[in-house]
Amino acid sequence: MEHNLKRLSRFRRHRATAPLLLVLALLSIGATFSVAGAATSTPLSAAEKSALIDEGKQLFLKGCSSCHGLNAEGGGIAPSLIGVGAASVDFQVATGRMPMADMSVQAMRKKPVYNEKQVEALAAYVASLAPGPEVPSESKLNYERDGSTAEGGELFRTNCAMCHNFAAQGGALTQGKYAPTLMGVEPRHIYEAMITGPQSMPVFSDKTITPEEKLSIIKWIKSAESEPQLGGVALGRVGPVTEGLLVWTLGLGLLVGVAVWLAMKAR
Amino acid sequence: MTARERIAGNVANYVDERTGAAKWMKKNLTKVFPDHWSFLLGEIALYSFIILLLSGTFLTFWFDPSQREVVYDGNYQPLAGLKMSAAYASTLHISFEVRGGLLMRQIHHWAALIFMAAIVVHLMRVYFTGAFRKPREFNWIIGVGLLTLGIVEGFLGYSLPDDLLSGTGIRIAEAIIQALPVVGSYIAFFAFGGAFPGEAFIPRIYTVHVLLLPGAFLALITVHLMLVWYQKHTQYPGPGRTEKNVVGYPLLPVYMAKAGGFFFIVFGVTAFLGAVASINPIWLYGPYTPGQISAGSQPDWYMGWLDGLVRMSPPIETHAFGHTISWNILIPGLIVPGILFTGMALYPFIESWITGDKREHHLLDRPRNAPNRTALGVMSLTFMLVALINGGNDIIATTFHLTINQIMWFSRISIFVLPPLAFVITKRLCLSLQRADRELVLHGRETGRLVMMPHGEFVEVHEPISAEKAWLLTQHEQQPALALEEHDASGVRRPKALKNKLRARMSKAHAVAVPKATAEDLKEIEHH
Amino acid sequence: MSNEIEAIKDPGLPAHVHRRTDTDPKAAKQAERQVAILFLLSALGTVLLIGSYIFIPQDLFIFLPILGNTNAHQFFLGLGMAASLFFIGMGAIHWAKTLMPDEEVVIQRHEFRSPEEDREEFVKAAKDGAAAAGLGRRSLIKRTLGLALGLAGLSPIILLRDLGPLPGDELSKTSWKAGTRLVTDPGDRPIRPEDLEVGAVAQTLPAIPAGAHRPLSDIGKDAVLLIRLRPEEFNLDAERLSWTHEGIIAFSKICSHMGCAVALYEQQTKHLLCPCHQSTFDVTRAAKVIFGPAARPLPQLAITVDSEGYLVAKQPFTEPVGPSFWERSS
Repeated sequence: MEHNLKRLSRFRRHRATAPLLLVLALLSIGATFSVAGAATSTPLSAAEKSALIDEGKQLFLKGCSSCHGLNAEGGGIAPSLIGVGAASVDFQVATGRMPMADMSVQAMRKKPVYNEKQVEALAAYVASLAPGPEVPSESKLNYERDGSTAEGGELFRTNCAMCHNFAAQGGALTQGKYAPTLMGVEPRHIYEAMITGPQSMPVFSDKTITPEEKLSIIKWIKSAESEPQLGGVALGRVGPVTEGLLVWTLGLGLLVGVAVWLAMKAR
Repeated sequence: MTARERIAGNVANYVDERTGAAKWMKKNLTKVFPDHWSFLLGEIALYSFIILLLSGTFLTFWFDPSQREVVYDGNYQPLAGLKMSAAYASTLHISFEVRGGLLMRQIHHWAALIFMAAIVVHLMRVYFTGAFRKPREFNWIIGVGLLTLGIVEGFLGYSLPDDLLSGTGIRIAEAIIQALPVVGSYIAFFAFGGAFPGEAFIPRIYTVHVLLLPGAFLALITVHLMLVWYQKHTQYPGPGRTEKNVVGYPLLPVYMAKAGGFFFIVFGVTAFLGAVASINPIWLYGPYTPGQISAGSQPDWYMGWLDGLVRMSPPIETHAFGHTISWNILIPGLIVPGILFTGMALYPFIESWITGDKREHHLLDRPRNAPNRTALGVMSLTFMLVALINGGNDIIATTFHLTINQIMWFSRISIFVLPPLAFVITKRLCLSLQRADRELVLHGRETGRLVMMPHGEFVEVHEPISAEKAWLLTQHEQQPALALEEHDASGVRRPKALKNKLRARMSKAHAVAVPKATAEDLKEIEHH
Repeated sequence: MSNEIEAIKDPGLPAHVHRRTDTDPKAAKQAERQVAILFLLSALGTVLLIGSYIFIPQDLFIFLPILGNTNAHQFFLGLGMAASLFFIGMGAIHWAKTLMPDEEVVIQRHEFRSPEEDREEFVKAAKDGAAAAGLGRRSLIKRTLGLALGLAGLSPIILLRDLGPLPGDELSKTSWKAGTRLVTDPGDRPIRPEDLEVGAVAQTLPAIPAGAHRPLSDIGKDAVLLIRLRPEEFNLDAERLSWTHEGIIAFSKICSHMGCAVALYEQQTKHLLCPCHQSTFDVTRAAKVIFGPAARPLPQLAITVDSEGYLVAKQPFTEPVGPSFWERSS
């Protein structure tokens, strides 16, 4: 033991020691936190559920009631939340859309204000008001196993591309509204959007697009997201507009540049 | 004589004895071409055409222009097992299984976009320098024809893969055909072999795209180049350059090396774009079916202005006596473009009618010295630009946080307001530039150095400009307006007075100019 | 300009300025080396092209700055090709600019107009030839020649008759009849009203026998969009209201403007937007056009439920679907 410690202490003043120790410390702190903070998947007891709903109610009164009403009945500027279900709350709040920062024409995805636990509480509270779409469980979201990429693409192009564009990059709606890009969206949130129909988006019922079909859509979106650029820089995947722009800037620019050089007299 | 010289001599002798080639070879090898970078813009188009022929031929070896339904069994997994046309499936095959296939597809499409862009900038150069004047009017008309055919050829080309985006474009084209009064539905059914989309359209446009139109292009481009060759290229004005000479470099070796080298440059840049920039990713669009559509559906850029015109059209349709005429399609889709392109084609004759100028012109105009023509050109470009911008209004809206409704209204108003405004501003700018030229000749260049005079006044030292520059700034002709008398000597009224009044008025407007500096003026100033 | 005003004179071609490579043999040698290097770079490009084609697997992806995750085969093949072409061009142009003679040559233009005697001889030859043909005198030949050529010119047009069928009433008919079930697209599943929540849409097609093939030409007329609102949200006359069922309304998905698929439904505003030219339709008022170039509302399909509770068409469309055409009366 003493022999080993002596061996180690040789490195005490090595220039790599401090950074290495720092990294080790950070890793261990991080590991501790992730273990301690990991959500348990055991179902809540009735008492825990009731406490969650209470917590949710408190959060709601503080941060949501000014627009959505004290009883979530809605008001002039915000719709009623009675019956929208936990899925709506999870989608809107966990993607940061709610609370809405400005009174613009549409709520934008942004950094969420509430953490995962708080979102769960808010969702439980709203769900307690009236039955509505539930947050899909992890087992229901196994798109790798239960979905088909090719079928998902067909479904996406028939049901989603007219708003979100062929590569899920988003598109324009009327009066400044837009269907956002689907890149970097959690599968759970994609699913919830389909079943709750947030803002301008319509609802896609489970009978017209079955849960398996929804998972196929998610699988295709994830495949498009992770697909490497197959022909070169993708120029936004919005079609001929950016391609034409590149020709008039880089293409003609290079060619006219060479032409000018060509006709210049050499020194 | 070296061995090489002897062999060359034998070959030359062989050919000359059978064709008499030496005579015209000698003439043409020493032909002189003026050197200016703006004369290379047409070459970009020419070389892009050659690149299109070469890359296109490559693609035809694998492309299957059939709309028969197949099940995809190729490498691209997100489309595995889906039903699609053989045209689409073969394009996927070229993109993912044929080595160099995707590269060639991309080179072909980038070359097409560059081809059209080069034609447009070449047209602008020819227009703004007045190179279309006699004896080159016919070449101008051929050029406008090439532009029109290019638009069609490009549209047919990117429609061949039968993907969702281009299929949508074909749907719109079919609606334009169908909207033609009396014959529309018949022509549409003949073109498509029945109702849209049918199974006949892609194979038929394949024939047009690889045989008929390239043949037309080859013929027209050959005549276009032969005319340039025979009539000799125009040149910019300058010292030593007159209407009666050509100053430049001989075909062999300089022009051959530079022009030949430029071909490789254009090909290289196009290949570079094909290597690094993705274009027309049809595997993401999916196969065409009329029940699907993507947000942000646009044609290629050279048709964007047509899309923009259709988008901004008011919803006018007339129903009378059991028949419908869709003005909302015919006006923006056919009538306005028809008027524009006809006007463009006939412009050389319109201008010579206004000016009454029937002489040959081989020296180019500096655009500022033809203010009316330049202003008209900028006005037309402004019109096209507003239409083009509206064609992309949904992409612009999402990128810049505007609304499509705003952009649409902006376009509807500015397409009427901005072009005349552009005309007025450009004409004024040209006249200002003429004034600046005159100042430069008469008073010299401002050096920015101040000198104090004995009596305390500060003056800026002006440096007289060189004789070459003075010549450049004053060599242009300033034609007076046509003097058309309404009544002749005997008091007889000139027939068709309105036409002549119009001509006189336009001629007067056309001739507005700042008088150029003369030697007299210079002498006057020297006396000061 | 009157004659006394003297124009500024043309000083003539400026004196020739020699390049460094003209006067300094070392500079010329350097230019030659530069040209050689450019040509060698091209050769390297070709080697890269050949090597990439043969050796780089088509499914290899590498990370590059700016380009991100790139297909290596495609990238190096293209880069090699670009380099091999580009540097030939650069070499040739640099060679011309620095080493080939750059003295400007002046040649004279010739007038295009032919000499008078040539023009007269041409006119005489043309006139004599035409007279020899006798067209002027022999009007019978002239007229029958015109007839023969004109008729012969018609035959290509006649031969193209079988390009397509006559439209007939194809443009006015769809596959929808009374009792045709609405099925999901894709999936071909029939739909009950309770399958749709308020605010839901469904892409539908008419049901076809099991195993039958549905050609794209049929989809191009038959595609129907199903939307569910609350019944009180409709602003329809009695007849159109009777074409809805429990707040569910059906429209042709084929845009009345130029035929794109109109499926973009804004749930809150109850507007349909066609992405092609931005025509906007108000669902609550039977797809009335409220913005954009479309001149007619989307045709509405009357729907009801059949004995098993599935949504069916009540009757065919009462007007042609899709873009307008001459024979369309409304």
